[in-house]
Amino acid sequence: MQQTLSNPNLYRRRMLANRIGLTLSMGAMVLGLVVLLWILSVLFANGLSALDWNLFTQSTPAPGTEGGGLLNAIVGSLLIVGFTVLIATPIGVFAGVYLAEYGDQSKTAELTRFVTDIMLSAPSIVLGLFVYAILVAKVGHFSGWAGTVALSLIGIPVMVRTTENMLRLVPPTLREAAFGLGAPRWKVATFITLRAAKSGVVTGLLLAIARISGETAPLLFTALNNQFFSSDMNQPMANLPVVIFQFAMSPYDNWVRLAWGGALLITLTVLLLNIVARVVIRDKTA
Amino acid sequence: MSATPTALKNAIEVRNLNFYYGKFQGLKSINLDIAENKVTAFIGPSGCGKSTLLRTLNRMYSLYPGQCAEGEINFYGQNVLDPKQDLNLLRARIGMVFQKPTPFPMSIYDNIAFGVKLYENLSKTDMDERVEWALAKAALWTEVKDKLKQSGLSLSGGQQQRLCIARSVAVKPSVLLLDEPTSALDPISTGKVEELVHELKNDYTIAIVTHNMQQAARCSDFTAYMYLGSLVEYGTTEQIFFKPQRTETEDYITGRFG
Repeated sequence: MQQTLSNPNLYRRRMLANRIGLTLSMGAMVLGLVVLLWILSVLFANGLSALDWNLFTQSTPAPGTEGGGLLNAIVGSLLIVGFTVLIATPIGVFAGVYLAEYGDQSKTAELTRFVTDIMLSAPSIVLGLFVYAILVAKVGHFSGWAGTVALSLIGIPVMVRTTENMLRLVPPTLREAAFGLGAPRWKVATFITLRAAKSGVVTGLLLAIARISGETAPLLFTALNNQFFSSDMNQPMANLPVVIFQFAMSPYDNWVRLAWGGALLITLTVLLLNIVARVVIRDKTA
Repeated sequence: MSATPTALKNAIEVRNLNFYYGKFQGLKSINLDIAENKVTAFIGPSGCGKSTLLRTLNRMYSLYPGQCAEGEINFYGQNVLDPKQDLNLLRARIGMVFQKPTPFPMSIYDNIAFGVKLYENLSKTDMDERVEWALAKAALWTEVKDKLKQSGLSLSGGQQQRLCIARSVAVKPSVLLLDEPTSALDPISTGKVEELVHELKNDYTIAIVTHNMQQAARCSDFTAYMYLGSLVEYGTTEQIFFKPQRTETEDYITGRFG
């Protein structure tokens, strides 16, 4: 093969460049993987011992005492994130449908996209402070609802953009085919394009949940924390990220142990959501 | 350049039609009549405006800002280009089938029922009948009658395209626009679609865009040759293929150009 090459030098140089490029990208991949595995191994080493039945059945213990679990924080997180999903999904999906199917190039759509992008990259602590100022300070106390509002501000832009992007992947001919039958725009959007993009939108929702379930800063200013079990959304509410934050900083060994357990729990949940999202995507493309 | 095919009744009359993609003029003063219950074929090299012309007839271009048409398209007495034209109603009467099969992400049955439900309120039995009727018209019934609940996407390419034709037929339009309906199909499926076109012209007026000269010769009654946005020659298919008046048409048909 090489004997027939007109310019063996060029060939050798290209082989070398190829090898360098491959080494660099493999290196980057390994680096990312090592960091991820490192994080996971530290979490498992410190958190696995706390991951027992009590973690899910008992509420957070008083300072300096033994035992206890994270029941109140787990339920609090589920409630706050659950209500966030209920609020953010319809708003996000509707706005995404507007951007992809109705607005397109209009000034309103451009503005919406611009604002959404800013919201996407806004530091979450700023959003937390904002909700503190307009809600917590006005009402006079921290609450689960305030936490839901803060998380919604983070979740909605994610939903808007993924919904829009997924709808844009739907081939325009499918849209035209539906219009060609005389279907009005809202029917085309709901029955045809949104349906065609369904798995992509669900994936976006799962990734949005993964994103917000680990947010700490916005909850610190809004839901705060609660030593006791409470399912009253009008009151301060325990939640995993804030509990982890407070317990990890505390001098009590039992609290630190629980913080590791909570951190492992959140990580595993987010990992699971990501894996489910990937499976959904694969089913779609297969 | 206008050719009026003898004493037939016209379904569509195009008069001085100009079309613009932004600043680019895609169609240049087109004049042509599409006869009722006949097949009219549009041929010409890529980019000559065949598909553009088809897309003006049901105002599909109106989905895209920046595209506009001027002139007149007379469809049984109403001007298609009238800004007040109800586009949904218009498109229900002028159906369209596209180059690539576009089954909706739903069952075979619902693919057909979707369009029908838009303008008709049928009982379950009537809808079943309509679905069977449309699928039979598209020569697909025997192949899918046992799997109507399956996704339309599970069918082969040729079957998907016939499903799309059935879907358009089901809403009982008066005109069917076929935009290169067989270019993504194998010869056997192509043959089936062509038979279908022949079958359907008893009840529908058909306009078909094709890159396949033999196809135009095989299944059309009238043929229009277009080039660079203009209608070069229009007449009966026999006349265009055997006695073309213009050398450009002859060159294209005989393969010396295009």
